[in-house]
Amino acid sequence: MIPTQLRQELEERVAQAITPREAAVDVMKGLQGHYGWLTDEAVAEAALILGLSTLQVEELATFYEMIYRRPVGRVVVHVCDSISCWAMGSETLLHHLEQHLGIAAGATTADNAVTLLPCCCLGNCGNGPALMIGDRLFGPVSPEQAAAIIAGHREDQ
Amino acid sequence: MNTSDLLIARFHGAATMDSTILFKHNRPGRAVTFDEYLANGGFKALRKALAGMSPNDVQQAVIDSGLRGRGGAGFPTGRKWSFVPRNLPGPRYLICNSDEMEPGTYKDRVLLEHNPHLLVEGMALTSFALGVERAFIFIRRGYEQAALNLRNAIAEAHKAGFLGNAICGSGFCLELDVHLSAGRYICGEETALMNALEGIRANPRAKPPFPAVKGLWGQPTVVNNVETLANIPAIIANGPTWFKALAATPEGSGTKLFCVSGHVRDPICLELPIGTPLGEIIDTHCGGMRPGSSFKACIPGGASTPYFTKEHWAVAMDFDPVAKAGSRLGTGGVVVFDQTTCMVAATLNLVRFFARESCGWCTPCREGLPFVRHTLERIEAGRGEASDIDILKEHVHKLNYAFCALAPGAMGPVEGLLRLFEDEVREHITGGKCPLGKH
Ligand SMILES: Cc1cc2nc3c(=O)[nH]c(=O)nc-3n(C[C@H](O)[C@H](O)[C@H](O)COP(=O)(O)O)c2cc1C
Ligand code: SF4
Ligand code: FES
Repeated sequence: MIPTQLRQELEERVAQAITPREAAVDVMKGLQGHYGWLTDEAVAEAALILGLSTLQVEELATFYEMIYRRPVGRVVVHVCDSISCWAMGSETLLHHLEQHLGIAAGATTADNAVTLLPCCCLGNCGNGPALMIGDRLFGPVSPEQAAAIIAGHREDQ
Repeated sequence: MNTSDLLIARFHGAATMDSTILFKHNRPGRAVTFDEYLANGGFKALRKALAGMSPNDVQQAVIDSGLRGRGGAGFPTGRKWSFVPRNLPGPRYLICNSDEMEPGTYKDRVLLEHNPHLLVEGMALTSFALGVERAFIFIRRGYEQAALNLRNAIAEAHKAGFLGNAICGSGFCLELDVHLSAGRYICGEETALMNALEGIRANPRAKPPFPAVKGLWGQPTVVNNVETLANIPAIIANGPTWFKALAATPEGSGTKLFCVSGHVRDPICLELPIGTPLGEIIDTHCGGMRPGSSFKACIPGGASTPYFTKEHWAVAMDFDPVAKAGSRLGTGGVVVFDQTTCMVAATLNLVRFFARESCGWCTPCREGLPFVRHTLERIEAGRGEASDIDILKEHVHKLNYAFCALAPGAMGPVEGLLRLFEDEVREHITGGKCPLGKH
């Protein structure tokens, strides 16, 4: 079950849309914000709110890079692995973070605090290597700075 | 350490002498306010159009200006608008494409973070020309600051009577919606974008019918890039002749945002006369190469464009000259590589991106790109064979038959690699390892 207030917000969003499914990404994001990731229950809730089948929601959920259909940690660190950041050392940055966190890219730390995900260009190419946590873009980040940024977010949680 | 110091550490996009339109109003480190924009002639063009021009006059001015789309393909903007039938019943739509996920491209973010009002005014003028009453701005994930700026700018424009009903006391009405996406490169392809906006899995649609006739919810639709639309107010305010004359060459027209990244000293985004030579962008405006680096190659216009080398230093960075030199101006995202860069490894990075972002709809792309990736992986690891070069060449040709432009775009850098760096590729194969010691 989701909080009544969230349900109302999402239903209002759907009501403003030209067709309900136009709001699909917003609804999935809202539910992901609540559950931390798009759980099976969240898919069912989204389907109900949007008037779609769960398959139709799944088709969308699995399409987008930033909709998580698997559990993630409380902090998700997206490290850009596209060309400009690659030229500026994103492979070194990612390897350093893997060692620092003790996990492989794609995995979550044992305490469920941090998930490390390589991602597509963040539109921060002049500041490579770049990474994103939540809605915040960072760059250029050295391996040491990246570790400090992640530590800061861990404390905030 | 204070982590907020690192947040978009370099907020590039400073106004320079050449910033005649898009960065003209820019303030260092923040967005220009609505009042500042207004005080500097903002919304003058919209007032002018609504007071004394017909929709057709606006479209004609854009046709005469020679403006070509800034989203990658360079299609003449006014001509695109003219394909929209004006006599069909039902609504027409305008979509601003702010998906910007082509690696090496960040100009639209810088533009929106500095001046969202230009886009609002440009979209109002375009909607007036097309008879649109509801327009959408499709923004990628990661551009939340840009989206926030836009939402604020839209609210302020509403309050001041530049959006909503009876705009500037005329009969023209317009609502602007901001649609946030969730990250997928193919959503930038205009027909996939329309599916994404409708809440359908974002595979591209077959063309024809073209969006101008049958687009969003089956209605006539124009899709334009952020930078394209942000140019419209200046064209209307100052006239097409003025706009044309801004170019660095007599054939060109207007200015262009170049967003530079990679091994230069100052990787910044700046507005320059379109047709500015490549070498001047790098040496004069980006401080040359970073210390210890010498120029080896660059991508001139985003991840899907074939490489340029030192022999292309003097090429005028405009659509036709860049095409004549064997590449594409694309998005104006210039990614610079120095002597330490292995071009096979760079191409592999690019192909990995495209293979991962393939939407899976058609076989040549879904199956072909992983195969090309695999071939490049083997070459980079020193396990390539001489026949691999022909296999790659064949794929450069065959992937043109894919359903949309993603797959041919993916092969742009591969084509450039084989044409300009075939010796480097062969060295990997004969030497059994990367000659630059990368892997
Ligand atoms: C795979 C792919 C991704 C694209 N991504 C974008 C994008 O992010 N932004 C954009 O403006 N155009 C993008 N385009 C080009 C659009 O399809 C379309 O041509 C453009 O938005 C038209 O605007 P313009 O005429 O103002 O350039 C992309 C094309 C392809 C094939
Ligand atoms: S070329 Fe690639 S991205 Fe385009 S439709 Fe085919 S599979 Fe999808
Ligand atoms: S390539 Fe990393 S942000 Fe664009």
